[in-house]
Amino acid sequence: MKTLVYIDHFKGEVQPASWEAIGVARNWGTVQAVILGASGEKLVKQAYEYGADEVFFCDDSSLDDYRADLFASTLGALATAQSPDVILFPTTTRGRELAAILAVDLNSGVLADVTALELEGTLLVATRPIYEGKLFEKVVCRGRPQIATLRPRAFPRPPRDESRNGSAIRIEKQGESAIQVEGYAVSESRVSLTDAGVIVAGGRGVTNNPAMAGADEATIARKGFELIGELASVLGGAVGASRAVVDAGYIPYSHQVGQTGKTVAPDLYIACGISGAIQHISGIRGAKLVVAINKDPEAPIFKVARYGVVGDLFQVVPALTEAFRKRLGK
Amino acid sequence: MKIVTCIKQVPDTEAKISLENGKVQWGDSPLVINPFDEYAVEAALQQKDKHGATVVAICIGPDSAREALKHALAMGADEAILISDAALENLDAQGAAQVLAAAIRKIGDADLVIFGRQSIDSGTGLTPAQTARRLGWPLLSLAGSIELNNGRVRVERVIEEGRQIVSAALPAVLSVVQSIGEPRYPSFMGIRRASRATIPTWSLADLGISAPTPLVEQRAMFAPPSREQPCEFIQGETVTEIAEKLVEKILAEKVL
Amino acid sequence: MDFSLSPEHQMVQKMVREFAQKEVAPVIREYDRKQEPIPWVLQRMGELGLLGISFPVRYGGQGMDYLSLGLACEELEAVDSTLRVVMSVHVGLCGLTLLQWGTEEQKRRFLTPLAKGEKIGCGAFSEPGMGSDVAAMRTTARREGDFYILNGEKMWISLASKADFALVTARTNPEAARPSEGLSTFLVDLHSEGITRGDLHGKMGMRAGSTGWIHFRDVRVPLENRIGEEGEGFKITMSAFDHGRYTVAAGATGVIRAALEASTRYARERVAFGKPIAEHQLIQQKIAAMLTDYEIARLLYWQVGWLKNLGRRCTRETSIAKKFATEAAFRAANEAIQVHGAYGYMDEYDMERHLRNIRATIIYEGSSEIQTLIQAGYALGMRQDKPLRCEPPAYDAEEWTKPA
Repeated sequence: MKTLVYIDHFKGEVQPASWEAIGVARNWGTVQAVILGASGEKLVKQAYEYGADEVFFCDDSSLDDYRADLFASTLGALATAQSPDVILFPTTTRGRELAAILAVDLNSGVLADVTALELEGTLLVATRPIYEGKLFEKVVCRGRPQIATLRPRAFPRPPRDESRNGSAIRIEKQGESAIQVEGYAVSESRVSLTDAGVIVAGGRGVTNNPAMAGADEATIARKGFELIGELASVLGGAVGASRAVVDAGYIPYSHQVGQTGKTVAPDLYIACGISGAIQHISGIRGAKLVVAINKDPEAPIFKVARYGVVGDLFQVVPALTEAFRKRLGK
Repeated sequence: MKIVTCIKQVPDTEAKISLENGKVQWGDSPLVINPFDEYAVEAALQQKDKHGATVVAICIGPDSAREALKHALAMGADEAILISDAALENLDAQGAAQVLAAAIRKIGDADLVIFGRQSIDSGTGLTPAQTARRLGWPLLSLAGSIELNNGRVRVERVIEEGRQIVSAALPAVLSVVQSIGEPRYPSFMGIRRASRATIPTWSLADLGISAPTPLVEQRAMFAPPSREQPCEFIQGETVTEIAEKLVEKILAEKVL
Repeated sequence: MDFSLSPEHQMVQKMVREFAQKEVAPVIREYDRKQEPIPWVLQRMGELGLLGISFPVRYGGQGMDYLSLGLACEELEAVDSTLRVVMSVHVGLCGLTLLQWGTEEQKRRFLTPLAKGEKIGCGAFSEPGMGSDVAAMRTTARREGDFYILNGEKMWISLASKADFALVTARTNPEAARPSEGLSTFLVDLHSEGITRGDLHGKMGMRAGSTGWIHFRDVRVPLENRIGEEGEGFKITMSAFDHGRYTVAAGATGVIRAALEASTRYARERVAFGKPIAEHQLIQQKIAAMLTDYEIARLLYWQVGWLKNLGRRCTRETSIAKKFATEAAFRAANEAIQVHGAYGYMDEYDMERHLRNIRATIIYEGSSEIQTLIQAGYALGMRQDKPLRCEPPAYDAEEWTKPA
């Protein structure tokens, strides 16, 4: 079985889920990877290291900037020439739409945002969330090649073998683009609570740090939210707060989570030093995974948490930030 | 100028979704316009406010989907068309794109087609790109802002790394994200108009196409494992060890 | 007979609900605590057309019917009473009374800016020494050429310090055989010379609202600002109360609903004695009572909306709806606090605010005692509606939506 994996990158910065896709494909047989744009040249070796058997590369200057139509046409020509059984993309902004366009060109279907895969012969049986993760479906693709986009971090990253290497197989870009790239702007990284995929929230516990005995509550709370902010930033998330600390004036109201604050539905909610008053708990009912850090093992927040740590947030939160940083390679 | 917005009707986000005899149930929650598509209507109306335009909302769905179209009309869309056909029951993303492209061609003279980024039911997010490809028009996806000037459209795409500013000649297909601006409330005048509007229904025969063959086939649906599990307390010798264990647990949940 | 809401009504409901829940609910606690009106709320309600909801389009209104007005009030008061108060005084007391009693010229000149939300109106009837006893009013208006000269003080006036216009009833003929026949009503520009006004502080509820006083000292009101004939002031004031009470009844229904929703939600979540309190019968009893009251209150105000649409006098039905809904809302808020236990006593949950707010509605726009007398009067044949020179205008969809 032969799989073509699209290595998604922006100016040479790879989306790590691309390697996860290689990892999946390696279990099935031959892995071909494709990298478009000159800035991706340094990724060729890495693709081999993660397990690609062949790496196609195009450094045509028209591919320096991502444009859906041109990228899709170039991929389409490669797919037609190589006729893989499967084409995998990471579910990124680019991966999703390239898969979509390629499916039109190749008259096949897309298994989008897949979180688990099984193989029946050469048929992929994909599990994917529907209704915002309230349900899952199992789907198969009736067209060939089968196309799928894989949700980042749903599959393990394969081990990297630095001894592996190979050459870049040059391909030509195909087609023209009707899209003109005029420039880039950095995004303001303010994540709003209601839209946030990850929320790290602080409660009364931020005012309680034995190591800062003598300091006033406001100073301790500022430090607490600084630590919480660092964890949120490593996870690309937003900072939330319980009513108690909002009322005390340690953080603006816009951060409040709870019945009269905001009802949130993040994928991950990390409650730090929040005891879990009922109105707070009902405000996080939509969260997919709740993790709680609290000194009090009897705190009601642990009743709704999937994972808990009984401990001081001033120690646990920075350790968690560090551990995520290491593990996510940030 | 003519702007077509493609919308879908879905169960309310607040709905408790469950499965009964293999069918999706949403209790007594209402069916509403897909929240992301409200931004698409808003984006279209913003351009109408600025440049003057006829905004046409289209929706594939059963008769009940008229309510979603009425919402678009109440917000200020000028026309609405329901595409409804018994043969469209098991439509996948690509089938939807095929049908929408045919409808957009039949409407004619569209300068812009605007989608929401994805639906909250099937959530594939494929249809905008596939419709663009079917039409052969440029796709400017995930637009956070839109400018029209001299027959060109310029958007700031909100991507993982920041914003990419791109432009293309009209006609073009856009999908929009929330930074386009909060959808306006329906106006009373809009409500009056919407409640009295007759919304034409187009069948596949009206579009002159046959039912698309599904390329993605659903085999099963299931509810995610119950989260009623008790809290698992992570323990360890050092706080570092606890943190590392916890990170592995969280990553294994695949929520990130 | 049809008890279903039309698609139009459903859309109005949804739109107003979204506004109130999305924009006001998140900040109301803060302003209630500060005892300040939300600074942007009047302007926003104007932008959304709420301030002109049930006036004909040709007078700058939105051309919706009376039931839409009621539905909007229910949605607004489900979030906070002060939002509905705006509707009561601006749309009800002032606007609809102008629509009923104003001349064509007055409607064009005075109603249009109110309906467009460009100007804010209120109703000024109560005085420091009188509320329910309208005929005992002491503010005077003395005719002097083409003007009336107003002197006196009005009190407990919602939006007194915010409004541009007030509908004011004053005594023009102290010699009248019956005191109620000596009154006349005026639309007074509150920016006129001789007017001082201010807010009252220390209210139990309605703390995000503005309630105040207006003092008139030799205020010159042009003849063309007199609404109706001289001596019609009592009847006009009673018409104003009919309109106002309708909005109060509809709004109070919203508080019952808010209490019901909060209580059912909380009762399902809160566990006591090993099970959700929703499974305890004494909690069920409270919730059942709220549900019943909600249904009754809603049917009563819907009936008034329907009668108003037909252009029928409905003082009797409005009085019943107002008395029932306000008292039931107080009960519901009170019981909802009980359901919430100690939490209900805190302003984190909305019920203590609703309770403080709704208490006022049992007093104003005709206290429950006055409503009781009105109802007894009708029942015993001591009270009859005599034809008015200007009957309340019926809702005519075509006529009301014709462009200006």
